[in-house]
Amino acid sequence: MLTKRIIPCLDIKDGQTVKGINFVNLRQAGDPVALAARYAHEGADELVFLDITATVEKRKTLAELVRRVAQQINIPFTVGGGIGQVDDVRLLLQSGADKVSINSAAVRRPVLIDELAREFGSQCVVLAADTNLVEGEWFVFTHGGRRATHLKLKDWLREAVDRGAGEILLTSMAHDGTKQGFANALTAEVSEMLPVPLIASGGAGTMAHFGEVFQEGKADAALAASVFHFGEIPIPALKKYLETLEIPVRI
Amino acid sequence: MRVAVIKYNAGNIQSLLFTLARIEGLEVLVSDRAEVIQGADKVIFPGVGEASSAMESLRAAQLDRIIRDLRQPFLGICLGMQLMSRKSEENETTCLDIFEGEVKKFEAVSAAEGLALKVPHMGWNKLTNLRGDLFAKVAEGSFAYFVHSYYAALTVDTIATCSHGEAFSAALQKGNYYGVQFHPEKSAETGLQILKNFLAL
Repeated sequence: MLTKRIIPCLDIKDGQTVKGINFVNLRQAGDPVALAARYAHEGADELVFLDITATVEKRKTLAELVRRVAQQINIPFTVGGGIGQVDDVRLLLQSGADKVSINSAAVRRPVLIDELAREFGSQCVVLAADTNLVEGEWFVFTHGGRRATHLKLKDWLREAVDRGAGEILLTSMAHDGTKQGFANALTAEVSEMLPVPLIASGGAGTMAHFGEVFQEGKADAALAASVFHFGEIPIPALKKYLETLEIPVRI
Repeated sequence: MRVAVIKYNAGNIQSLLFTLARIEGLEVLVSDRAEVIQGADKVIFPGVGEASSAMESLRAAQLDRIIRDLRQPFLGICLGMQLMSRKSEENETTCLDIFEGEVKKFEAVSAAEGLALKVPHMGWNKLTNLRGDLFAKVAEGSFAYFVHSYYAALTVDTIATCSHGEAFSAALQKGNYYGVQFHPEKSAETGLQILKNFLAL
């Protein structure tokens, strides 16, 4: 049986992790390569790197970083942030990334999804969507959640999958950073509606929250950042906990 | 040891090359040239993408005949493995006809269990019913990373099984030809062991 995936997310700026990291015995706390290796060793099922580097010229730093990470780890990893065209993706894949996640650029130009799926295959196209409730309806937001769009979430996700997205990374902005749990009802609705795997993101604070997003939220994978970075939830302990709930995990 | 990785129009192989680079004593050659492939000690046939265009690309380079005549250990990965079957439902493609059986598409609803299934089958799943040297030192029930929408049915050539709605071939073998549906280069220590086992054949 396919296991539920646990995915740590690293925010990267200029080749370093942005948030403070609190791993014991890790000298270069900000070094994404060391962190990636550590997470892989601890049993992370995949990794996501989100590049928040503002300037285009510094993007080359990202490809270099991807190459260094790919040389170190042998679990799948996804790179996102600022990807706008086919050539951006080619460079990242040639550097050793397995998948890319696209967000604002796909909203601006949806045919980007078709282009990427045709060129590299759906399996490496992750459509990331940030969403929030506006007068009772879930809408898509772009630019790190700062910009509202007219797109209704479910319409957009259906379109994205039709265009060739192989996976969805869904972040509920109202839950993100709260540590009060994932948006389980929304996650379940979206997961059951779509034929492709769904990664839930935003709101992880306790091990129970992960159990809930898999059982109630029907998510295929759960992504989190700070609870892993600060050592609040060690991945091995999380997986053991999920196993006691009879949720299939890779141990 | 010289390892040829067959170059053709089927996806990104960087992860595989990085993983092979971590194994000592290998000279890895990425090539579509007959003499390089025929002269290698081991041949790896990777592949991500769509079956009919991949087969077209192989035939255009006459690699289809070269592959079928090899005598050294040969390992197809993911689409590479599927192309070693007789045919694939993916755009009704006639394949290399090395392994018994056909490649079919996962149904979005499991016939066996009546449950809605996610397609592609993406993520970590258990390897079961392991047979032979490819799985030396690999425990029954070890996890491997899969990404695929089509699968090879169980046949006499099956040397490992997995299940997604129904049981399918996680690995196949006939003589010197091996194929794995999962990505050993993305399957952590288990995957590395399987690659090392292949290289030790």
